[in-house]
Amino acid sequence: MKFTTLLASAAMVLGLGGAALADGHEKTKVGFVYVGPIGDGGWTYEHDKGRLAVEAEFGDKVETVYVENVAEGPDSERVMTQMALDGADLIFTTSFGYMDPTNNVAAKFPDVKFEHATGYKRLHPNVSTYSARFYEGRAIQGHIAGKMTKSNIIGYIGSFPIPEVIRGINSAYIHAAKVNPDVEFKIIWVYTWFDPAKEADAAKVLIEQGADVVLQHTDSTAPQAAAQEAGGVVTFGQASDMGQYAPFPRVSSIIDDWAPYYIARTRAVMDGTWEQKDTWDGIGAGMVGIGEITDAVPADVKEEALALKAALADGSYHAFTGPLNKQDGSPFLAEGETADDGTLAGMNFYVEGIEGEIPQ
Amino acid sequence: MDLSAINPILLVAAMIAAATPILLAAIGELVVERAGVLNLGVEGMMITGAVCGFIITVNTGSPTVGFIAAAIGGAVLSLLFAFLTQVALANQVASGLALTLFGLGLSALMGQSYVGIKPPRTESTPLGSLADIPVIGPIVFGHDLIVYLGLAIVAATWATLKFTRAGLVLRAVGENHDAAHALGYKVKRIRTLAIMFGGACAGLGGAYISLIRVPQWTEGMTAGVGWIALALVVFASWKPWRVLLGAYLFGGITQLQLNLQGAGVAIPVEYLAMSPYIVTIIVLVILSADKSRAPGSLGRTFHASG
Repeated sequence: MKFTTLLASAAMVLGLGGAALADGHEKTKVGFVYVGPIGDGGWTYEHDKGRLAVEAEFGDKVETVYVENVAEGPDSERVMTQMALDGADLIFTTSFGYMDPTNNVAAKFPDVKFEHATGYKRLHPNVSTYSARFYEGRAIQGHIAGKMTKSNIIGYIGSFPIPEVIRGINSAYIHAAKVNPDVEFKIIWVYTWFDPAKEADAAKVLIEQGADVVLQHTDSTAPQAAAQEAGGVVTFGQASDMGQYAPFPRVSSIIDDWAPYYIARTRAVMDGTWEQKDTWDGIGAGMVGIGEITDAVPADVKEEALALKAALADGSYHAFTGPLNKQDGSPFLAEGETADDGTLAGMNFYVEGIEGEIPQ
Repeated sequence: MDLSAINPILLVAAMIAAATPILLAAIGELVVERAGVLNLGVEGMMITGAVCGFIITVNTGSPTVGFIAAAIGGAVLSLLFAFLTQVALANQVASGLALTLFGLGLSALMGQSYVGIKPPRTESTPLGSLADIPVIGPIVFGHDLIVYLGLAIVAATWATLKFTRAGLVLRAVGENHDAAHALGYKVKRIRTLAIMFGGACAGLGGAYISLIRVPQWTEGMTAGVGWIALALVVFASWKPWRVLLGAYLFGGITQLQLNLQGAGVAIPVEYLAMSPYIVTIIVLVILSADKSRAPGSLGRTFHASG
């Protein structure tokens, strides 16, 4: 019994010593909380590229730590708390489901800066949010999809029914229907960000039910593999280029580029200029990249897609421009009107033409 | 809603593909548990099998060799568990959890240079022309060899446990290891063999995901199938045919709910998404009303001290 007490006290002394060291540390410590493995080839992979870019930029002046496969919800709170206790100065929490946990932990550690991706809650002055306007990329995908489909059925693998995903579905549908009024969207919700087997199953079901274009809002490359297996089905890289499936089935992609943001925010912490803010950048600012449109896409369609990209980038065109109605037929945007960021951030309805209900 | 979009034949084929990894992992774990060992490392052994099978298939070009390698990989990893629990007498629950974590990390390391590679295709019709029979053909004869291997393992496990001396000894070890030891049976050796069998089956199940169902290598790609297999063994009351039923039920409803979503059926998606778990549990709990119970020595450490 004595011995264990001794051990416990020794551990405590060591722990306190460690904490003291951590307080007086020279390096800026940046933590990352990931929802999937860094080898997912999609979402988490791109966040980790951002982390590596921070390391490359600041070298010895920063130390980065990360935890992979952190379940959304209470467990993430434990991981963040541990990071903060270990002396992290800045913590990036990179999934929507970390929203409340991030704010809860931020309340307990006012000196630690928190950056939550794709959320909208900033309950404490040390919480910022950041996201990318993926829907701009979805508009381009929708355009290509509408032109490329022969069966007029476009499959869409949804992860969770949250505004970010619904916005993507709407944006893709609006632009697909614009070039192909007969287009129909089949949407399957898989309730996971990362489960290759389930994503592959969903893709196969969509293909069996006639879809010849499959869009995904999940993180792995499994749907690409399923499309390749089936043959003749078009896909788009999601979150990362997924270029290993180019030139076909993957004909283009949405690429998230977090590196400039991560570097800027780390620098702000180092300089002491970090302030709470809400960042939502798109193609124009470079946070959303469009992967190479391959030659599997006809030249004229490619040209139109690039023109659309340019218009979205310089702000001359907004992906949600009226006239648009909601699914139930009620007016959403008048002729020429564009959606404001508040509406987009909380989007919880389909636009007119999409069938089915959003799970509540 | 357009139910005609669902092709029942493809649905059954997809169901079998979805059920096979769970079935393989669960039947392996069933044998382990009937020998009185609780190995929570199924997920770790599956993912290790998935990566071993993938690497070997890509390098040799032969899925058959890949599946053999997957079984060996799973069995080798399970030896670590056998060493910890049977030789070092460590706690089985902790060792099993450690095995899962270790397997996930090890597989991620091994698979690093294999991300994004397409494996050679596994031939799907070993029964040749029989698969051309309308309706029955694609449902019964149109699968790859591993599907039939899974069914054969279930039948063999059932027959071995029920009718053979080896099965009787295995069950004796699982029910009361002290008595089995007193009778002169080598408890540790039998348990180690059972653990290796479980590892090999889990490895096969994992490789089925990485080589046939998806087919690609992605870190962490088993995504919890091992845990479902573990739960299935308990709900199936440690009986082989119920494991088969449970796995097919689970796989079938998983596929059915995706198909119903695609067809736009007006059932709330949340209910569809949870239905595979609920229906499987309900059916198996009803079946287990016959007072089946866990093997008597399940999870207990054996030490030949007496």
